[in-house]
This record gives sequence, C-alpha cells and structure tokens, in this order.
Amino acid sequence: MAVDNDLVGRTFPPTEPYTVTREKVLEFVRATGSDFDGRTAPATFPIIVAFGAMTTLMEDPDVGIALHRVVHGEQRFTYTRPVVVGDRLSATLTVDSLRQVGGADIIGTRSEILDEHGEPVCSAFATLVHRGEEAA
Amino acid sequence: MSQGVEDLEPGHRLPPQTYRVTRADLVRYAGASEDFNPIHWSDRVARSVGLPGVIAHGMFTMALAARALDTWAGAPGRVLELGCKFTKPVVVPDDEDGVEVEVGGTVKNLTEDGVHIALEVTSGGEKVLGMPKAVLLRG
Repeated sequence: MAVDNDLVGRTFPPTEPYTVTREKVLEFVRATGSDFDGRTAPATFPIIVAFGAMTTLMEDPDVGIALHRVVHGEQRFTYTRPVVVGDRLSATLTVDSLRQVGGADIIGTRSEILDEHGEPVCSAFATLVHRGEEAA
Repeated sequence: MSQGVEDLEPGHRLPPQTYRVTRADLVRYAGASEDFNPIHWSDRVARSVGLPGVIAHGMFTMALAARALDTWAGAPGRVLELGCKFTKPVVVPDDEDGVEVEVGGTVKNLTEDGVHIALEVTSGGEKVLGMPKAVLLRG
C-alpha cells in the first residue's frame, strides 16, 4: 500500500529533548575515529536526534509505513552552528515531498533541530525509500 | 593543511584519507548512534534481505567523510553543510582486516560563506556514496 499523498506538508510533534553529554559525544567520536576538542560533536552526530524524529513518522499508524521496507536513500545536513556538549536538542520533522517511483514511495523529510532556547542548530534532510510490497 | 583551507584554489585536491572498517567498528557505531538495524551486525539477517553479508551503516560511511573534513579543516566544528546519497553498500567481511574506505575531496569553488568541496568516497575502487559534497567554514 502506497503512502497517502496528503502526508506532504505534515509536521510531526517535536521529539523529547535530548541532552548531549560529553560521554555520548566521546562514544560517537571513538566509534568514528574522529578528533575531539572536549566540546564539539562530530558533524553527523545530530543523526541521533533526527532518527528520533524519523521514528515518530515511521511508527505513526496513520502514515502506513512498514518499517522493515524503509531504506535510507539520502541524507544532508546544514548547520547554523556545531552541536556541543550540554545542548538540549529537539527535532521537528516535516514531510517536504512524496513521489512514487516503480512501486516505491520516495519520502523527502526535513527535521529542524533546535536547542533548549528554541534557537536553530541544524537541519537534517533525509530521503526515505519505502519499497512497495511487490519489490520487497 | 590545518592552516588555510580557505586559501585553496578551485580544483585543488585534498589529501585522501583512508580508513579501515571492521565488524568491531560497526558494533561500536551501532551503540554510539543507537542504530541497531541487524543488517549491520547479523549475516543471517543481511542475507535474508538480499545483501551479500553485513554492511556498514550508510551513516557510518558518512561519518568517515565528516572525519576527513575535520582533518582537512584542522579542527572539528567547521562543517557548514554535508550531504550524500547512499548508493552502494559497503560489505564488511567477518575477519581481522575488514575493508578500506577512502575519502577524497576536490575544492569546487569558494564563496563568501565557505569552501565548497566535492567528495569522493570509495571502497575497493568503487564509489559507495552518491554525489557526496560539503561546505567548510571559511576563515
């Protein structure tokens, strides 16, 4: 079953605030072999918060997405500033676009990631490919 | 390199960075990123969905591209923009050697805000990310 077209433009509730701890950043730094200045998170670190927002979309029973048929097709980040230790981040996802190609739904999402003051930190754009049942 | 990415001319090729990726790295990344999709740690599940075996998280490969950008910039926190398509999975064998991922970059142009870089991310000589590109803070 294809995802309904009226999904476009829909904004989901913001995710619960995520506190960026030094330990969590260090874990991510070590896992990716990155450099750490004691404060700044690696550029792709906010995917943790963005994934939270994507999960809100994918688990919404009204949307009709089958989780096991979703592939991450594309990812882009734009940063107002780097994520740093101590931030409390929340992501709000909006579905920007939806098109059907060869039985798959190509869902373009944008998650605006704000800090505890409501100031923008970064935007995470993800394209999710939801494969049709016949293609799965 | 740490001094003056902003002074580079368009066409300048940044020194390629090579990273070795093993199964242990994928396990660490799964925990760090909280992405526990079993196709990144179970051959059984990976094969059941038509993959040749366990593959690296696309976001892990992207994180390696970000790591190269930090190296070229000389410090973390200089990335203004980073994007790619996940075009070809990086299959990571269950052995000590794992697989190598190479990240190259070419300066495309300089604008007031940043240094625009076209990346090339390969494994075994094949491109694994589609149209990866980034903008680094200038100055």
